[in-house]
Amino acid sequence: MTKTLLVSALENGTVIDHIPCDRTNDVITLLKLNQLTSTVMIGYNLESKKMGKKSIIKIANKFFNDAELNQLAVIAPDVSLSIIRNYEVTEKKRVELPEELRDIVKCANPKCITNNEPMHTIFHIIDKHSRVMRCHYCEKEQRIEDAKLK
Amino acid sequence: MSENRSVITLANLTREKIEYLLKMAAEFERHPNRRILEGKVVATLFFEPSTRTRLSFETAANRLGARVIGFADPKVTSGTKGESLKDTIKMVSNYADVIVMRHYLEGAALYASEVTDVPIINAGDGSNQHPSQTMLDMYSINKTQGTLDNLNIFLVGDLKYGRTVHSLLMAMRHFNPTFHFIAPKELEMPEEYKLYCHQNEIRFTEGTELNEDVIQEADILYMTRVQKERFTDLMEYERVKDAFILGADMLAKAKDNMKILHPLPRINEIKADVDDNPHAYYFQQAQNGLYAREALISDVLNYTLDDIINDHTIIQ
Repeated sequence: MTKTLLVSALENGTVIDHIPCDRTNDVITLLKLNQLTSTVMIGYNLESKKMGKKSIIKIANKFFNDAELNQLAVIAPDVSLSIIRNYEVTEKKRVELPEELRDIVKCANPKCITNNEPMHTIFHIIDKHSRVMRCHYCEKEQRIEDAKLK
Repeated sequence: MSENRSVITLANLTREKIEYLLKMAAEFERHPNRRILEGKVVATLFFEPSTRTRLSFETAANRLGARVIGFADPKVTSGTKGESLKDTIKMVSNYADVIVMRHYLEGAALYASEVTDVPIINAGDGSNQHPSQTMLDMYSINKTQGTLDNLNIFLVGDLKYGRTVHSLLMAMRHFNPTFHFIAPKELEMPEEYKLYCHQNEIRFTEGTELNEDVIQEADILYMTRVQKERFTDLMEYERVKDAFILGADMLAKAKDNMKILHPLPRINEIKADVDDNPHAYYFQQAQNGLYAREALISDVLNYTLDDIINDHTIIQ
């Protein structure tokens, strides 16, 4: 039996590797991949030396800006990104937590105005290292890990 | 949007701004009745009932000659029909020059200030902020002690959920206070406020006993209510409930200048025999709320301290 790639190589586009499997759907939601018309290949439960199991997403003919990609730091801070042009990896990137999260996650406080009004959310990152954020509106501090996507 | 003069929290005010507002409140204490706000309309929107705060704000507006519109009970508003807060604020902004609002949701006042050019005064947003209470607390401390600097302030009772003690702690950071947190274990000062003290070099001690010897060091004894519903362990409540009740017999060693404050309403945490004691100040404290609120309303409407000092509309 010949060895073949499970998913075909990209000519141009973005590869998101080392996604924790349980965060795969969140990556799709955050980057709005379900709204794209180009090819999106999702590999789930792939073997990984580093992580045991991981997911990979390959997005054809799509390049994201840093602000879009840095949103991933909320749900999957250890993903690695490869930018592919003409079958070559032209750039590798890591994601970095932004200073402010705008309309990405929900506030954990049920009595926060943002959970009771059709409006955006804003969080200020208090501590990048311990991953703590504070709601701009109700001022409650919360762990980024516990946050649910909007 | 033009400069937003809303008062949502006092936590980020400078020492100078706090002192400025206290001077303005002192002018209003000298002459509380004026016509300086004649022609202005103050809206009081109470999405959560609070008779005491509402009456104080409405009295402040009325005594300065403004007219007052609003509601005291959210059941009469379109909120019950599903109208958003944004729409209610937008609608009232067409009528009023300033909006005083109390809301049961945290962050509501800040959001309201973002959707309108009319200044918002936060009269309490859930368990978050209540800046006019803090302003009247500071006014009362300054008035009774002659200064805000270098005071020994004892915060007693429910320090976990009591928003007034949290706001006071943050606003006092400019004045080199020493705080003493006296609370049952279940209701002790939350870690985030202790961290705030460390970050702002505010000294504090912690204790679980309120007695004559503890009280003798205090300049200010700020009492709050230990509420039964805050306890997960009702046996713990039964054990500690009487430990934080202040009686006149505990005041024998108190310093002459020591004053007892309480945000009110009081239930049983200060015995009635304290009311006539010279250290009791909680009823005057509530009266100071009028002057503090007159100052806040005037400030957000762009009246300066000079305007208040040189005011020719005083009603003698």
